[in-house]
Amino acid sequence: MNWASWSDFFAMGGYGFYVWGSYLVSLLCMAGEIALVFNQKRTLLRQLSLIHKATQQEQNNETTP
Amino acid sequence: MAINWFKYSSPASFYSLAGKMIPLFSITAFALFVVGLYIGFFVAPTDFQQSEAYRIIFIHVPAAWMSMFLYLVMASWAAIGLAFNTRLSSMIATAIAPTGAMFTFLALWTGALWGKPMWGAWWVWDARLTSELILLFLYIGFMALQAAIDDPRRADKAGAVIALVGVVNIPIIYFSVKWWNTLHQGATVSLTQSPKMATTMLTSMFIMALACWMYSFAVVLIRTRTIILERERHTMWVSELQGTA
Amino acid sequence: MFLWVIQRDLLLAMRQRADVLTTLFFFIIVVSLFPLGVGPEINMLRAMAPGVVWVAALLASMLSLERMFFSDYLDGTLEQMLLSPQPLSLLILGKVLAHWLVTGVPLILIAPVLGIQFNLPMDSLLVLTASLLLGTPVLSLIGAIGAALTLGLRGGGVLVSLLVLPLYIPVLIFGAGAVEASSVGLGASTHLSLLGAFLLASLVLAPWAAATALRISME
Repeated sequence: MNWASWSDFFAMGGYGFYVWGSYLVSLLCMAGEIALVFNQKRTLLRQLSLIHKATQQEQNNETTP
Repeated sequence: MAINWFKYSSPASFYSLAGKMIPLFSITAFALFVVGLYIGFFVAPTDFQQSEAYRIIFIHVPAAWMSMFLYLVMASWAAIGLAFNTRLSSMIATAIAPTGAMFTFLALWTGALWGKPMWGAWWVWDARLTSELILLFLYIGFMALQAAIDDPRRADKAGAVIALVGVVNIPIIYFSVKWWNTLHQGATVSLTQSPKMATTMLTSMFIMALACWMYSFAVVLIRTRTIILERERHTMWVSELQGTA
Repeated sequence: MFLWVIQRDLLLAMRQRADVLTTLFFFIIVVSLFPLGVGPEINMLRAMAPGVVWVAALLASMLSLERMFFSDYLDGTLEQMLLSPQPLSLLILGKVLAHWLVTGVPLILIAPVLGIQFNLPMDSLLVLTASLLLGTPVLSLIGAIGAALTLGLRGGGVLVSLLVLPLYIPVLIFGAGAVEASSVGLGASTHLSLLGAFLLASLVLAPWAAATALRISME
């Protein structure tokens, strides 16, 4: 094991700010990208289903005399 | 096992194939990240030159590698789309760009945070960081061009041209910047110094790189599926998806 | 046909002299802004001069790129060019040459004057002019690709800049670097030869890439 204690681990030999600054931002970026990508898919599916329902209603209105 | 790969060049069948592969890649990515970071932080020893700050390398180098590989992969798919007029290839290229840009940004960010304790400055105009910055511009140019064009086919092909021009220029740009940098080597300490790699450090780096690859596969596939849905929204199979949704 | 394209573009440019002159004055103004921003200290200005002149040349060259194809696109001449039996690359080369004659050459001619403003010695001025002579055609050639890709798009000049400026960077590095190298005593021949190499490479490749881009934009 490299670290004597958790506080040593967080301090990273005095460079904690830089090390954790890097990893935190990386985590944020990747998590953000994942969230964004899922959100895009969800929004698109929602839009498509709205359009789908709207066109179906039109078709129903047209077929009923 | 004779797989008919060409079957998957239709957006519809690729959509379902990608859907099955995404969970696989995601889980693998997560597992590799955990293993890689564990080795990097708990097994790899302290570097005698750079103390603990060197541990940034386990995300910095993989991010930089990804930024470059993804650009090449993106340009390749774009080229195939341009040459063979296949829609799916171009959709994949478009899906890769944001992930590539993200990794480029991460390489720059982690590079700056590594540079500050090591070289005393947040930003240094060394050849690699500067070329990486230019790579970010190339990604953004690709995305901006595609965003500005309404017609998807024109966007695909125009993007392909700019991506390919970029690929040809990347070695030239790197060479120029390296030249420029060595001529202007200032009073700073040697910038090419990097920690001597213990095996455990290398192992962690490679595992992290693999993790980033798996992550990229997963995210790009999800994005590609969204693009497919949007472009193919007038087709039967997409309407059928809506019917069951 | 090649000569005809050049003649026509030059004639049109002469009729709209204002466009040409605005680009030139933009170049002059940008170069003059830098001393106002950083102070009149002579040694610093002399050190900065090649970079400043070159960056201004990049920007000025970029400003005028839209003009390369847009007016022909609007009045239908571009379509005719695409349909003609002449190779499109050759016609584009003609347009690029005309563009360079109208934008690049005035820059080359006025750069020594601006260099004097920055206290550049005579040999540096010569190297600066030589570097611009070799480099500005490359800017027009690469710029043609950007102009062709963004033909008729909203986002206009900014989009072209975003696409084309990263590609200009090697030209900038070796162009400004040539002057610096000669002022330090290292001789500018390597830099100038590399610029020459860029010129030859882009003469061959850029018109072809621009032709592909133009066909894509005109579909």
